[in-house]
Amino acid sequence: MAVLVIADHDGAHLRETTAKTVTAALKIGGDVDVAVLGGSAAVAEAAAKIAGVRKVRHASSDALGHGLVEAEEAAILPLAGEYDAILAPASSAGKNLIPRLAAKLDLAPITDVLAVVDAKTFQRPIYAGNAVETVKTSDAKVLATIRPTVFDAAPQGGSASVEALAAGSAPAFSRFVSQDTASTGRPELGAAKIVVSGGRALGSEEEFKAVLEPLADRLGAAIGASRAAVDAGYAPNDYQVGQTGKVVAPDLYIAIGISGAIQHLAGIKDARVIVAINTDPDAPIFGVADYGLVGDYKTLIPELMAELAKVGR
Amino acid sequence: MKLLVPVKRVLDFNVKVRVKADQSGVDLANLKMSMNPFDEIAVEEAVRLKEKGVATDILAVSIGPMQAQDTLRTAMAMGADRALLIQTDEDLQPLAVAKVLKALVDIEQPDLVILGKQAIDGDNNAVGQMLAALMGRPQATFASKIEVSGGVATVTREVDGGLQTIAVDLPAVITADLRLNEPRFASLPNIMKARKKPLDIKPLAEFGADTAPRLQVTKVSEPETRKAGIKVAGAADLVARLKNEAGVL
Repeated sequence: MAVLVIADHDGAHLRETTAKTVTAALKIGGDVDVAVLGGSAAVAEAAAKIAGVRKVRHASSDALGHGLVEAEEAAILPLAGEYDAILAPASSAGKNLIPRLAAKLDLAPITDVLAVVDAKTFQRPIYAGNAVETVKTSDAKVLATIRPTVFDAAPQGGSASVEALAAGSAPAFSRFVSQDTASTGRPELGAAKIVVSGGRALGSEEEFKAVLEPLADRLGAAIGASRAAVDAGYAPNDYQVGQTGKVVAPDLYIAIGISGAIQHLAGIKDARVIVAINTDPDAPIFGVADYGLVGDYKTLIPELMAELAKVGR
Repeated sequence: MKLLVPVKRVLDFNVKVRVKADQSGVDLANLKMSMNPFDEIAVEEAVRLKEKGVATDILAVSIGPMQAQDTLRTAMAMGADRALLIQTDEDLQPLAVAKVLKALVDIEQPDLVILGKQAIDGDNNAVGQMLAALMGRPQATFASKIEVSGGVATVTREVDGGLQTIAVDLPAVITADLRLNEPRFASLPNIMKARKKPLDIKPLAEFGADTAPRLQVTKVSEPETRKAGIKVAGAADLVARLKNEAGVL
């Protein structure tokens, strides 16, 4: 048995989701290799340090650097015969690539895996996380995306070799134009230890920023938003937390003025501690929150800021 | 320019999902079914491309039971020109759907296929990517903006950490994300007009695709739920508990 994990990175840094996907790969069993498509040598070296990895295969090209899926397909397809399973985190890149590879190999992909039952059987969410299905594949090979928030990261301490991988040649029918990556100086939403999130109750983009940014800065937190807040234009779309946005699992999630639509709750249910601040004591968010604070955020957030300052945060 | 818009009939997003007691699936009996919301966005985008003069012919297709004709009528009421129901009572898996759509693409030769990024029942997020692969053509997934000119679609995609814009040569497959547009409500006159638009029904077998299931669903269960915690007295109480009880500060 051998499993290939396709690394998730931002060009310069390996994301922790890769080590979490390695954990899923180790559960499937066999030798685990990591493919790094695009990205710097440092990304490949970081992947080699994940415990349990046999070798890292690093391919580089302009198209791979821009994450063009047709180029990724060209790099990975020739390796498919060497592996019994190919996994990627359920990131935007992984979701883009895995089904495409699967169709090329005439395999049924298994997306957003929540649990590895055995090498051919997996659990995954359906109906926006309102149900969980267990599926067993009859295919010879498994192609899957892994929901990283439900797996622990494989520890550091590995010393895998890094080999060059041919980039392959992809047709030029897809071209990179531009990337608009918001640089906020805050941790990435999907990886942050603390997330503060705002809902429609905040009422405007200005208020959203005025309330959430100081709190996020004080806590070293990432900022999230409900779909309602994003749709209303209070926050950019990549802030959206929920089944249709980003699934998060921080140590602490603070929901401010979020009522708690089902699809939002589906995106935060793996958080260790949830705090809800809302004027409506019957809001569904209180049904999942470990600590609820009923009241107006306008008075509660300044009080919270003052209390955090007292304990040195 | 010809557009193909695959649409799926799914449990309406407002209906509460209940898992069957025998864990064989989700209870769909006598519940409201609607067009998959992401597919609705795809139909809207296709209609806007027609209104801009880019597209001339919009074919909506659904693979499913006879009742999926309602879904196709909705697509035509929104502005699709014609519809095709590929009739089956089987619940096809994404690979099978992609193969059937590929067979249809070979017949219809559309310049562009636009569909939702995922259906809100299976949440697979796979058919668009798989169809593009089978066609050997480019894909632009999770689209939040589409411009088409000179045989090229310039697509802004919602990716982790921001937005990416790529240009893909047509024919191509684009999958619609939530913020691509806000679908229109079909007006009564347009609903009436849609009744007169052509809706063809063909049996699945006619497309000659291998639709055998590859995945066996062995169990469908309720997700683990969190329990409600406690209401705290105020900010000081909250911070003390987060620090001492939960240990997250």
